[in-house]
Amino acid sequence: MKLLYFAWLKNKIGADSEEVTPPKEVVDVASLLEWLHGQGPAYAEALGDRRRIRVAVNQEYARPDTPLTEGDEVALFPPVTGG
Amino acid sequence: MTVRIQEEDFDPGSELEKLTGGQTAIGGVTSFIGLVRDMAGDQPVTGMTLEHYPGMTEKMLERIEAEAHERWPLNASLIIHRVGPLEAGDRIVMVATASAHRQATFDSCHFLIDWLKTKAPFWKAERTREGQELWVEARESDDEASERWNR
Repeated sequence: MKLLYFAWLKNKIGADSEEVTPPKEVVDVASLLEWLHGQGPAYAEALGDRRRIRVAVNQEYARPDTPLTEGDEVALFPPVTGG
Repeated sequence: MTVRIQEEDFDPGSELEKLTGGQTAIGGVTSFIGLVRDMAGDQPVTGMTLEHYPGMTEKMLERIEAEAHERWPLNASLIIHRVGPLEAGDRIVMVATASAHRQATFDSCHFLIDWLKTKAPFWKAERTREGQELWVEARESDDEASERWNR
């Protein structure tokens, strides 16, 4: 699974993308965030407040119950501020 | 319908010329141009850097532009959004819509820019005088502005 990070999430995690192989329990966006949160202090800090995180799966906005599969591109980012 | 994400500046006059050129059915054009401010709240800033999500941005902008064409009888439309480093005073975004009647152009232009601020994957980092870059937090008032189009 490919993860992409944008804006301050990228700064906090220290990378703009990474390949991950989450355990079987990770079946949707909510369980992915839960698992990622436990992957180290940087992840815990970046993902501490879920209300500040938006998620897109394969370039579409996703919800906590959006299902995930192995080849998905999952982007994590803060609320957008363009225009 | 045109969507462009680019680092370089654009010329609003020639963009409008291209948008409406030769289409005599067009009765009016509304355009919005966003500029980089030199203040963030009460803090002076020298400029900002714009980041986006390549691929998703284009896809979402094309979709919302198509939706504007479904909602209003538009003859032409344009969205240009710049990315990368920008200075205070620089143009950052341009939205323009053209139609036979003015009300459709006002409403659709307003719709597109409100939507851009709350849904399109762009993030601004403002640059302080000390050269520090601070990510801009989303504002609830922008969300409210966008929500009104769902009613």
